[in-house]
Amino acid sequence: MAKYARDFHMKKKAVFIYSDDLLTYKFHNQHPFNQFRITLTIDLLKSIDALKEEHIIPPRIATEKELTLIHDPSYIQAVKKAGEGQLSPDIAEGYGLGTEDTPIFKGMHEASALLVGGTLTAVDWVMTDKAEHAVHLGGGLHHGFRGKASGFCIYNDSSVAIQYLLEKYHARVLYVDTDAHHGDGVQWSFYDDPNVCTLSIHETGRYLFPGTGNINERGNGKGYGYSFNIPLDAFTEDESWLHAYETAIWEVAAFFKPDVILTQNGADAHYYDPLTHLSTTMKIYERIPKMAHAIAHQYCDGRWIAVGGGGYDIWRVVPRAWSRIWLEMTDNNHFNGPLPEKWISKWSKKSPVPLPAAWEDPEGIYKPIPRKQEITEKNRLTVEKALYPLRHEH
Amino acid sequence: MMIVEEIMNKEVYTLPPDASIRDALQLLKSKKIRHIPVVDEKQHLVGLVTERDLKNITSSIFQKEIREEILKKPLHSFMIKKVVTGHPLDFVEEVAYLFYDNQIGCLPIVQDGKLVGILSETEVLHTFVELTGANQPGSQIEVKVPDKTGILYEVVTVIHKQKANVLSVLVYPDKKDERYKILVFRVQTMNPLELIHALKKEGHTVLWPNMPGISI
Repeated sequence: MAKYARDFHMKKKAVFIYSDDLLTYKFHNQHPFNQFRITLTIDLLKSIDALKEEHIIPPRIATEKELTLIHDPSYIQAVKKAGEGQLSPDIAEGYGLGTEDTPIFKGMHEASALLVGGTLTAVDWVMTDKAEHAVHLGGGLHHGFRGKASGFCIYNDSSVAIQYLLEKYHARVLYVDTDAHHGDGVQWSFYDDPNVCTLSIHETGRYLFPGTGNINERGNGKGYGYSFNIPLDAFTEDESWLHAYETAIWEVAAFFKPDVILTQNGADAHYYDPLTHLSTTMKIYERIPKMAHAIAHQYCDGRWIAVGGGGYDIWRVVPRAWSRIWLEMTDNNHFNGPLPEKWISKWSKKSPVPLPAAWEDPEGIYKPIPRKQEITEKNRLTVEKALYPLRHEH
Repeated sequence: MMIVEEIMNKEVYTLPPDASIRDALQLLKSKKIRHIPVVDEKQHLVGLVTERDLKNITSSIFQKEIREEILKKPLHSFMIKKVVTGHPLDFVEEVAYLFYDNQIGCLPIVQDGKLVGILSETEVLHTFVELTGANQPGSQIEVKVPDKTGILYEVVTVIHKQKANVLSVLVYPDKKDERYKILVFRVQTMNPLELIHALKKEGHTVLWPNMPGISI
């Protein structure tokens, strides 16, 4: 008994925010945004005994008041009405609802508010010292705007959570976004605020949605110099991607000295991802949480909250990539070689593509990139320009 | 069609011809501007001084006494007197061409002989950014089409069937082959795959993303 009592008061290393209710954030069967990827991830983690029921904490639902930390009340009312089938198409379009990207579905307000609440649950566990780290893979909907849905995102859980961190915990927040798409919603939410530093590493907006995320988007007013963007060329490969990420995250963290780090872990920069044009492999998804973890311990006394995000190859990429976050949080990131047979045989019949055999991608999943050297050089220049103010401050 | 008065800056900082170079340098610094129109008492434009010209004049003088002398000199002895100007009803496209053709950084806008506004490259550029739709979330799709009548209609019909909202359309000549043009669409969607598929199915050549030497 004594042992249990002590355990009860002990700070957990990490918690995993999840309940099946999160799967209600679903547009329709053909939509690329599919939260079934969380089920696949959990099943992969369970099949290697890395995730147990005692780690899993159900999300709470965000209140309307909490949503208004970021969102306009009129927009929240519109989302509610839409979810009840009461919003006219004309009005819906003005709010970015009922589009091909963000179709209306029944109960969309409740599903989206739960998703936001999941990220708030993660924040509370970490900020009240009950856990060092927390992951909420249902979150990371970084395109949501104050008064408008955009790019598969209705409410912006990360923006709400950051404002919540500012107001309730008075924390300086470093937001790091490694989704292949620019983290526009979060960036614009805190563009004027020097207590929030945003770093987004993404494919250039030349072709890719949303088109923003240029180097020169550095913030505004008091927030000038607290927004960093590294737009990488299409076809960027592991080495160049990791150079950009590792250089930027360390230099930005050293400059900003955050109290807490919030990472958005979109897993759509992989070569297999159908919506983007980067050419990375599983190598980056092993390194991404490693660096975030190291920074959390160096600057934030361990405080690290991770959320999900994009990721549209839900069979071959997302489960392996997102498992790495949890494995890293629990100091268990040593898995390599074959994936568990149990997991492969359970899902291979359902998967429309052959499932990967191992944690790593084999060599040669794509043909050599013809202009690799130029792309690498261009990316290096991009990193230099983006970090120039930090390197020449005085 | 956008006209100059919709985008021009109506709050113009000016100086009289007998103001000194020192006055001009101070105004440039305090207002963070790069050009000062010089006007007479009737608001008639009589000249223009630019930050670059003034810096060129003052920075080459090392001797303090001579520098002080120069700073006291009136603007009318240094200003540009033949100033390229625009009218509030000019079209933005025409004005953009004036900037390009005359290699100028600003355009005073004159109506009825009086200075009523000023345009800098920044305003013109911002207008073109808006024209390209790059200030709104969207994906960019480029389609290479033969230069023939009705082709835009054909392509747009496909886009319409996919219920995609077009933020902007630009038409470029294909620099490699003059028989073709490149249509550039900014579409309000994060998932352009269906649309690209539909365009290809109709026999169109989609360049996405278009990087010389690489195709997917």
